[in-house]
Amino acid sequence: MAEVAPGTRPVLRMTGIGKRFGTVQALSEVDFRLLPGEIHALLGENGAGKSTLIKALTGVYDLDTGSVELDGTPVRVSNPHQAQRMGISTVYQEVNLCPNLTVAENIFLGRELTGPGGVIRWRKTRRVAAELLARFGLTLDVGARLGSYPLAVQQLVAIARAVEYRADGSATDRDGGSATKVLILDEPTSSLDRDEVRVLFSVMRRLRDEGVAIVFVSHFLDQIYEICDRMTILRNGRLVGEYRVADLDRVGLVRLMIGKELGGLEALAETDRPPVGDPVLRAEALGRRGGIAPFDLELHASEVVGLAGLLGSGRTELARLLFGADAGDSGRLAIAGEPVVLRGPHTAIARGVAFCSENRRAEGIIPDLTVRENIILAMQAARGWLRPVPRDRVDDLVARFIAALDIRPADPELRAGALSGGNQQKILLARWLITQPRLLILDEPTRGIDVGAKAEIQKLVAALAADGLAVLYISAELEEVLRLSRTIGVLRDRSLVARLDNGAEVTEEHIMRTIASGAHR
Amino acid sequence: MNAPTTVAAAPATATTPRLRRVLHDRRLPVAATALLFLMMYGYGSYRYSFDAQVGPNLLVNNCYLVIAAVGVTFVILAGGIDLSVGSVIGFSGMLLAKLIVAYHVPAGVAALIVLAVGTAGGALMGGMVQVYKVPPFIATLTGLFLFRGLSLVLSKEAIPVDDAGVTQLAQYHVPLGGGTFLSVGALVALVTVAVAAYVLHLTRFGRQVYAIGGSEQSALLMGLPVGRTKVGVYAVSGFCSALAGLVFVLYIQSGDPLHAIGLELDAIAAVVIGGTLLTGGAGYVVGSLLGVLVLGLIKTIISAEGTLSSWWIKIFTGVLLLAFILLQRVIGVRGTNRA
Repeated sequence: MAEVAPGTRPVLRMTGIGKRFGTVQALSEVDFRLLPGEIHALLGENGAGKSTLIKALTGVYDLDTGSVELDGTPVRVSNPHQAQRMGISTVYQEVNLCPNLTVAENIFLGRELTGPGGVIRWRKTRRVAAELLARFGLTLDVGARLGSYPLAVQQLVAIARAVEYRADGSATDRDGGSATKVLILDEPTSSLDRDEVRVLFSVMRRLRDEGVAIVFVSHFLDQIYEICDRMTILRNGRLVGEYRVADLDRVGLVRLMIGKELGGLEALAETDRPPVGDPVLRAEALGRRGGIAPFDLELHASEVVGLAGLLGSGRTELARLLFGADAGDSGRLAIAGEPVVLRGPHTAIARGVAFCSENRRAEGIIPDLTVRENIILAMQAARGWLRPVPRDRVDDLVARFIAALDIRPADPELRAGALSGGNQQKILLARWLITQPRLLILDEPTRGIDVGAKAEIQKLVAALAADGLAVLYISAELEEVLRLSRTIGVLRDRSLVARLDNGAEVTEEHIMRTIASGAHR
Repeated sequence: MNAPTTVAAAPATATTPRLRRVLHDRRLPVAATALLFLMMYGYGSYRYSFDAQVGPNLLVNNCYLVIAAVGVTFVILAGGIDLSVGSVIGFSGMLLAKLIVAYHVPAGVAALIVLAVGTAGGALMGGMVQVYKVPPFIATLTGLFLFRGLSLVLSKEAIPVDDAGVTQLAQYHVPLGGGTFLSVGALVALVTVAVAAYVLHLTRFGRQVYAIGGSEQSALLMGLPVGRTKVGVYAVSGFCSALAGLVFVLYIQSGDPLHAIGLELDAIAAVVIGGTLLTGGAGYVVGSLLGVLVLGLIKTIISAEGTLSSWWIKIFTGVLLLAFILLQRVIGVRGTNRA
């Protein structure tokens, strides 16, 4: 545990940081300091200013006000490359490496180990890369393409790249780079499973012990309490405070982050009515080779069925099958009592199935279209391009859904890409709700969004189900699945291994054991 | 360096079956092209009893296309496209002829001027792509029209080059033994391929080309000089086109404003048949050489057949192109790893 002892000089001190975008004051008067050899959580809801602060630190944005001191010396960082040379490295949420190049090459890209005449020394590059990764507990074929490894490994390679200056300082002197003093990890765990997180954490601890100051941004509170020493909390672009992790419990933390009591989060009591009537959707022995083993599943109106399972357990594959995004090769599917063969998403949509992808940036939101255009998309698609939706009807609908889902800022003409993750998710929800579906499939709707927005989306889902919608809710967070679902399907190794009726006896522990053992069929 | 303290378990490092490993090898498309070439050559030798000079002639007759394809390889690897190649070749030939014939510039100096102009033209198009974010297709389309128009401005008629030095160079044959030979143009083409391979695989610039083709966004965030590199690849392509124009003049000893129309499409076809991914980031310049040779061999075989009309060349080229694009899809070289 790093002490904020009077004698400890911060490796990084940011004072009075301010940044304005147009009319929006993204940061004002924020102070941030980082001690050597600590893991420091940077916390706040979406839009609190975390990303802006990081980008200001790494030179992506210019500062309007304030100053930055590195090792007691005032510095001005004007671009990410310069930041890296000063010893400030960043690993972003999406792995920003080149999957078409080898592991070794990705680590050394831009500062290749060259010999006389600028010739790249491949053998040395591979050897140093392998040594570096070995320090991280990774034994990889560094000559293999990065894209052939799982995302988690790619993430670790990105970190290895970020701290590479320490590995072989002499070889990279051409750039005049200095050892990494500050390592910024922006949501590194959002796509990792439990074991992978463990590996990442052990690497982080090792780097911390070597004296690197690590900034850790994450929405997983458990992880913050597991790994961090201190934390800085931002809200609405302002500093809330700096705390030692040991001094602040979770409830206090959440309260500080959202600035209000977490209303209604526990009040999502299950409506324990048994499902009535025919199922909205019934799958019998539906499956797809290489995707998911044949499974049976029923969804009734007003019912939330949760899917729990580790990353890669087949959660998304199951959902894609129900939506017709992938074609099944066995079994039967009936929607509203009618047997159907899904030939593509359009057949599913026509029968009232809606699907919010887990990959909202790549597969959902179209960032360059406005909020209004994004919301109206599915409805227009369902009508066909020959019958445009009348403009005043569009405006009316969009206004209603923006208000109902509390999309902020409530401006239908804003570019959707400019909104925060939570609000983008709400736009996707609005897009599908406007088509009045019977069944809504939500794949990780709360991934990467903050606690407050998460609670809102959960409340929304519960309300929608109470209104008669059938919901298939997929989430990596067991707690969330537990809170929302009446029935929980547990997946493991690409098959549905158990269906649990949610009740008092079903706990996170219970589900975890089911995932581990695969019993309870 | 610290000694490792707590060694973490290595995460599952894909225990790929051998077949998948082979299918995912980036060199597979090039190997396929090489195999195709050998099979076609074997078939041709057997059926039409090729003489020994047929092989070298593939290079001699297509040397300008090899050089142009090398330039296009750079651009495509970086995720772009260059449609100006044919026009730049035509213009370069005209400029050379005009400089030598009308202005009596020494051939060597004229050649240097042509190379400089071609490079600058390429860099200009690269600048349009990089600075003004004009899509490469459009930026180089303007080049296609501009340089073709400029060659017609230089002269509406072909200009024969009757410079003694040029003629001598054009007629110089490098003996390969057994009565076979290579022309100077063919040698230049081989040297170009070798230099390009060196640049692409052993220099920073080369690796940046691949990185940008793989993910421009990532390359930017990794702090690579994306702008410089992108302008660079178009400059390389401009240089190669100009060089191809010079070699073309050597080949036919005149500049013609209507030379090499549509040659950019042959070059792109050769690059794709050579296994380079049209979306960028994967491919080898040697593949492009093989691609040109395969195209040349199609021509040779069809003319040797005699009864087939020349449009069959285009049909076979189209079929082959389709086959290789499908092969790229099947191999799924860009298969992303989701789990």
